[in-house]
Order: sequence, then structure tokens, then C-alpha cells
Amino acid sequence: MEKLLEIKDLKIEARREDGTPIPIVKGVSFDVHKGQVVALIGESGSGKTTISLSALAYTKPGLEFAGGEVRLHGEDLLTAEPLRQRDLRGRKVAYLAQSAAATFNPAITIGEQVTESAVLHGILTQDEANARAERLYRSLELPDPDRIGNRYPHQVSGGQLQRLMAAMALCGKPDLMVLDEPTTALDVTTQIEVLKAFKKVIHEENAAAIYVTHDLAVVAQIADYIVVLYGGEVMEQGSAEQIINNPGHAYTRKLMEAVRPKPAAGLGTVVTGEHDRDIAALVVKDMSAGYGRKLNGEPAVTVLRDINVKVENGHVVGVIGESGCGKSTLARVMAGLLPQAAGEVVLDGENLEADLQDRSRDELRKVQFVYQMADTALNPRQRIDDIIGRPLEFYHGVKGRERQQRVQEILEMVELPAEFGARYPAELSGGQKQRINLARSLAASPEVLLCDEVTSALDSIVGANVIKLLNNLKDKTGVSFVFISHDLSTVASFADEIVVLYAGRVVEQGPTDQVLTPPYHPYTRLLISSVPELRIGWLEDTVELREMAVGIAKGVEITDVGCPFYNRCPSAIEGTCDITDAPVRQLAEGHEIACHLDVSDLQLKISHEASAG
Amino acid sequence: MNESNIKGEDIVERLDRFDELPDAPPRKRIKLSWVGKLAALVVAAWLVIVAIGPSIAPFHQMDFAGDDGFLPGDGEFLLGTDYLGRDTFSRILWGARTTIGISLLSTLGAYLIGITLGIAAAVRGGWTDTIISRINDAILSLPTIMLGLIAIAAFGSSIPILIIMAAVIYATSVFRIARALALDIMVQDFVESARARGEGTWWIVTREILPNAAMPLATDFGLRLVFVVLFISSLSFLGLGVQPPTADWGSMVRENLQGLPYGSYASIWPAVAIGSFTIAINLIVDDVSAESGGSLARKMV
Repeated sequence: MEKLLEIKDLKIEARREDGTPIPIVKGVSFDVHKGQVVALIGESGSGKTTISLSALAYTKPGLEFAGGEVRLHGEDLLTAEPLRQRDLRGRKVAYLAQSAAATFNPAITIGEQVTESAVLHGILTQDEANARAERLYRSLELPDPDRIGNRYPHQVSGGQLQRLMAAMALCGKPDLMVLDEPTTALDVTTQIEVLKAFKKVIHEENAAAIYVTHDLAVVAQIADYIVVLYGGEVMEQGSAEQIINNPGHAYTRKLMEAVRPKPAAGLGTVVTGEHDRDIAALVVKDMSAGYGRKLNGEPAVTVLRDINVKVENGHVVGVIGESGCGKSTLARVMAGLLPQAAGEVVLDGENLEADLQDRSRDELRKVQFVYQMADTALNPRQRIDDIIGRPLEFYHGVKGRERQQRVQEILEMVELPAEFGARYPAELSGGQKQRINLARSLAASPEVLLCDEVTSALDSIVGANVIKLLNNLKDKTGVSFVFISHDLSTVASFADEIVVLYAGRVVEQGPTDQVLTPPYHPYTRLLISSVPELRIGWLEDTVELREMAVGIAKGVEITDVGCPFYNRCPSAIEGTCDITDAPVRQLAEGHEIACHLDVSDLQLKISHEASAG
Repeated sequence: MNESNIKGEDIVERLDRFDELPDAPPRKRIKLSWVGKLAALVVAAWLVIVAIGPSIAPFHQMDFAGDDGFLPGDGEFLLGTDYLGRDTFSRILWGARTTIGISLLSTLGAYLIGITLGIAAAVRGGWTDTIISRINDAILSLPTIMLGLIAIAAFGSSIPILIIMAAVIYATSVFRIARALALDIMVQDFVESARARGEGTWWIVTREILPNAAMPLATDFGLRLVFVVLFISSLSFLGLGVQPPTADWGSMVRENLQGLPYGSYASIWPAVAIGSFTIAINLIVDDVSAESGGSLARKMV
């Protein structure tokens, strides 16, 4: 195989104010061959993005190359003239950023942006570039390939935009693509569609790629060669097969542990009944909610319809669904941040006012909301002491020395040292901030804790530790949790009951073990089979499945009548599912599925389980 | 293929204990460049003169000490005399108190009015916001010096009126910035979290919004002060600001303009005083906003 890119003993440094260097990348070497996908894997701070950018002879501001070589076709990029470097960027090496939404200019059509670089570098004329772009749209399986170029970025979905970005990078026929976490922000179902398209197009174009990610399961699907990084050093490198099936380094094994197992029955904790009381902690009855000005009692956009959810005392209810299905809206209604349009929220048997301004202080205390982004949820101008101390003072009237004492106890509860009290949020790492975020809610001594995607912004290992902490807290405090996530594996490992939301409706709910075993709602089946496995070849097996073919090709449509999943359901019954609302079937104690299909039809196993078994 | 010289077990153990970096990054502090330091020195010197200027001045501001007007500088009259034979140096020391004092009071007034109304508009929203904002736009659309002329024509010129007028005129820009900042901060999760906790408006404004708006507002204070100094000086230059015989840098420039053809520096020195003070503040503001990033600059546009 032809050696395309050769990175040899690469060193990159930052400088302190006094001029002493801080090594960021400490002598990394690896090669990229033609037609090969090399994955750089590691947590944040491992230097993976910094290394990948060196393939473009680029460093982020404040960093500098301190040694080593980056050779493309044998030519050292680091010592090349700036003009030569610029010439190579975009022509020989293309970069795909993590967020497609931030990469595209919203005011210019997609086609113009996709072809711009190729035309600018004089590789193709505008007409040739347009023709090539159209071919790429086709092989990336984008809808309407001859016209999608005329659309603006906001007129396509997130997954499509991510694929269009790949078209943009490939348009100038680069030898090497650098992909920086291109699927991290996507839902599992969208991730499959993007991965599949990337893999196909890289193969067709015979391009090479550097794929940066922290997700081993994704790497297993797309990479030929894996480089495991930690703290700017290579821990281990080798072929994908070797690293995945036979990891040599303890750190790689640690990363593997953080990949949560495929959601299946038996992973969730079994409720002991220890904290149970007669009355459910929080009940949502026939609730609808939405945004925008109300007309005749109906909001302009209805996001949730006829929701019935019960949170038993001391239980963990997991809420899952793709982005935009109304998960966060549900939690916001429970917290009173968004008054519902219809229905009731009942706390400890008492009806709660819709608007939080009308709720009593004690009612507010009992329901606490934990935000997804700890960065914005903590006031940057308050010390940790004050952030945690305020709810104590506000709800419990605890002041002075006693408050200080309690703050320290709570810090200990979230496994942080007591000295952290004197710090500001900016002086903590991401995982530590998330712990403070939790600690603030715990300080109120709540009965129900609403956790909105609390681990989504964290690295896999850090996220796993936060889940471990939540499990401890549940046992220690007896608090009930509503745990919202788009990550089914996380939910499965933590929740006692699962609520599956789709386009604002509950399509299935019940105890974790029952939701994760047949009979499945067709959507639940799609979700479960979309969770990537740490197994080479999983992607190919999965996209073969019938439900995948139907399910990942189309987007969510919010409908007023009929089953919202109709357009993506492999078993949809024409003339029934699209016209009448799905009946709610009681399958077992507390297990409900909203579907027109008979229970026997829902018994279907996940197809490859069936075929494998 | 194990290429690392760190033992895997060590890392894993480290991860188990902390899961992340245990060290706090250094706290960010504002550092001035040497230009900024020099500027800070100049501003500090002027502030000292505001405090003690009249008592260290060799002459009283109204003392006709020289025998003749427009005398060149010598041992007795350091910077020469003005058109009436008064000591220019002493009048600059006296004038610092008038010019900087009036400007400081006006800017503080502008901030008091602007922040109060700006945050009220942002927090209340709806009609309150619409009404205050439209009135503000109307005032903002008129040139400041025109407004000043009209107000002086109506109320006459006295120091209290100058202060109130400048405060009201400059409150409009402060209002804009304060409202924009408050709107930005209000949609942050930590404010919503305080609301969900049940905190009152007063707490949210004083503990959550103001501390986060303080830094950009403080930077803007410097700039606004410069504008007010120039505004007061322009009015005085037109003869509508501080009235003689009180020493004021702006009116000193105007009074002594007739000396320029005779080679007198009497109108240059007060101009230098205005320049040194305003440019120095600008330089400090530049340094500070460079530290706090471009976010402030964007908001001010």
C-alpha cells in the first residue's frame, strides 16, 4: 500500500505566560496509507484534534510545532512555505469539522459552498464541480440529488447537513480527509445513516481519512487502523481488528469498559421497594404542551400530546427518544418552567399549578431540574460555596457555619474535595462542574430530580463515573429520578422504568426489562438496533435489516392524526396507521405499547438476533 | 504494540481516583501592557490633581497674577498666562476638578439611569420594554450636541444643569448596552435555575445578572466618561458649558484661541490635558477589552 501521510515524532507545545513550554503532543508517530481510515481515539485533552490538524500543517492559536515531521507524499508540511501550505489545504487535505451547522454559511446555498473550494483551487470548473457535487450527493444517498444544492442549510436535516459537509470536503478530490467527531452530536439512528454514507463514499473515492472520535463503538465500524491517545501520547496503535478484539494496553481496556453494553433486559437495577410509599412521587396526566402564543387554548406548536407518565417514589424513570421528540419539554413541564396547555401534573397527590410562579416554595423544592450543560447552568461569578449554599439558605433557612458544614457534606456526597467550595466554576473540569450542578439540586433535598441529558456533553469515561455517582445517590437519598437521554444504553443501565417518546407521544412505556425485550414497539426496536456495538462488521449487518432500511431513510414528521411513526415503520398498515390514532395496549402490569399491530406481531425479535440465533 | 513509557495501570488508577484533572487552572487576571500601565499612571495622576489640584496650584484660578496676557512660560508662570494674564498652569490644575468632576458625576448619573431602566426593560419585557426602548431610540436619534444646545437654551447653563443634561443624554447608550447584556444573561440556564428555585426579581437582578454584566459595563464606563469629557468640553468651547471665570479645560481652549496667531500656547495646554486624559482612558479600556475578548466589542456595535 502506498504511504500517503507520515507523521513522525510530532511534538506540539503551548507556552505559559513566562515563556516556558507546556507539551501538548509528546512525540506521536503513525502513518496513513492510501484508501485507509485511521482513527485517533482518546478523551478530551488527549490531543487527538491537535494531532489531526497537523495533517493540514495547522495548529490552533497559542500552539506551535516543536518538532517532528508531517510528510504528505514525502513532502514535509511543517517546513513548507505558508503559500504552499495554503495550496495543499482543501486541495490535498480536507477538513470536516464536528458541527456541520456551524460550518455552513446560512446565507449561501449549499451547492455554492460545496463546490467553492474545488473551483477556488482551480481543480475543477464550476460546471465540472456542480456535476461532481451531484454525483457525490447521489453516492451519499441524499434525497433529491439534482436539486438539493439549491437549498439553504436550514432547509435540510442535521444528518443530511453532516453528509453534505462530506461532499464539500470530497468535491476537490482530496487525497486525505480529516474528520473531527462528525457523528458525536447526532442521534443513534442518524449516526448510522451518516456512518454508512461516509464509509461508502470513502471506499468509492479511494480516499484516505483521519477519523477523530472518543467513541470506540463508532471506530469499530469505520476504521482500518486505530491510534489510542492519552495526554498527547500514543498508548497503543494497531489494526482495528487487533485493538478491538485484543487490546494490549490497560487504558484501551478502560475505554472499552466505558462503552456501555447493548441495552438488554437485566441491566437495569431491580427495585427493592425499600423507598416505596403508597403515593407516586410525580404523575403527569393527559398532558399536552407546546410553544408559541396560545389560540383557543392550543399553543402555536404542540410538542407533547396526551402524555401519561407516573414516577413512583424512589424509582428512576428513563425518558428516551431522538432529538426533537419532546424529552426536554416533558421535564420542563414537570418543573413548571413551561406551563402545560392541558392536563395535570400531580406531586405527592397534590395538583401542581402549571406556572412555577404560582407554586409554593416547598413544591418548588421537591422538584429540582438538573441542566444538561453545566457550563451555562452555574453562575460564573459565584463561588461553589454560594452556588450550593443558596438552596440550603433559601429552602431550609440554614445560615452561617451550619451552612458551611452542610455544603461540605454535599460536596462529599458528590465525591468532590471540600476545598472546591472556594473555587469558581471556571476553575473546574467538565465532569466536576456537572457534579456541582447535581450538588446544587441535591442541596434542596428534592423528592424528584429531573436530569436532562446530564451525561451527554461528557466523555465516555467521565460520563460513566457520573452515572455511577447517580446510582450511589439514588441508594443513599431515596430520591426519584426522571432521567432524560438520547442514549439508550445509559438509560438501560440506570432506569427502573423507560418511557419511549416519539414525535411528542409516548409510544411505549414500562419496566426496563419489559421494554427491552419483545414485544417491542417498532420504534423501540429501531432504537435498540441502532445502538452501535463494539464489533467490527456491525454496521454492515445492521443496515441490512428491514426496519433500518425504512427507519433511517426518513425524518420525523409530527402528525395530528394517526401514528406519528407511520412513515418510518416497516410494518405500517396503510389506511389504518396513517388515519387513526394508535390504541394503547396494556401488555403487562405497567407495560404499554401504542400500536395498531397485534401483540403477536410485536413479538418479533430484533432481526439479526433472530438470524444469528 | 505498546509504545508508551507511561504504564497503563498508572493512568487507569489516576482515572479511577479523579476521573479528570485535579488541578485548578490559574485564575484569570487582567494584565495591562506597558502602554496600558503608562496610561493608568496618567489617569491616576489626573485623579490626584482632581483631589488636591487647587491646593497645590501656585495661584487662584481667578487671580490676575501676570502683568500681561499671553506671556510665555517662565519660572513664575510655568505654562505662561492666558488672555487675561491668569496663570495657565494653575487654571489647568483647577480646571481638572471642574472638567473631570462634572464628567464623572454625569457618567455616574448616566449609568444609574441607564442600568436601572435597561435591566427593568429586559426583566419586565412586553409593553414596559417597548415604551422605554422607543423613547430611548427617539432621544438616541438626535445628535447629542444639538440636544445639549436645546436644553441649555431652555434651562440656561449652570453646573447642575450640565451634569443632569449629560447624564440623561448619555443614559441612552448605557440603556442600550445594559438591556442587551441583561437579555443575554437572562436566557442563561443559571438564571432560569434561580427562577425555578423561586427567587425573587431583586435577587435575580442583583446576584445573577449584575455580577455578570459588571465587567463589560465597567469597560464601557471608561469610554462613556471620555465621550462626556469631550461633550462638556465642546459645550464649553462653544461658550455654553461652564461659564467664566470658572476654569474648565474646554472653555480655556476657546478663551485663548485668539492667542494662537501670536504664538501663545495658552489654548494648547488645556487641549493637551483633555487629550492626555481621554486617550489614556481609551488605552486602558483597549487593554481590558482585549483581555475579555471580542464579545464586548460586538455588543457595543
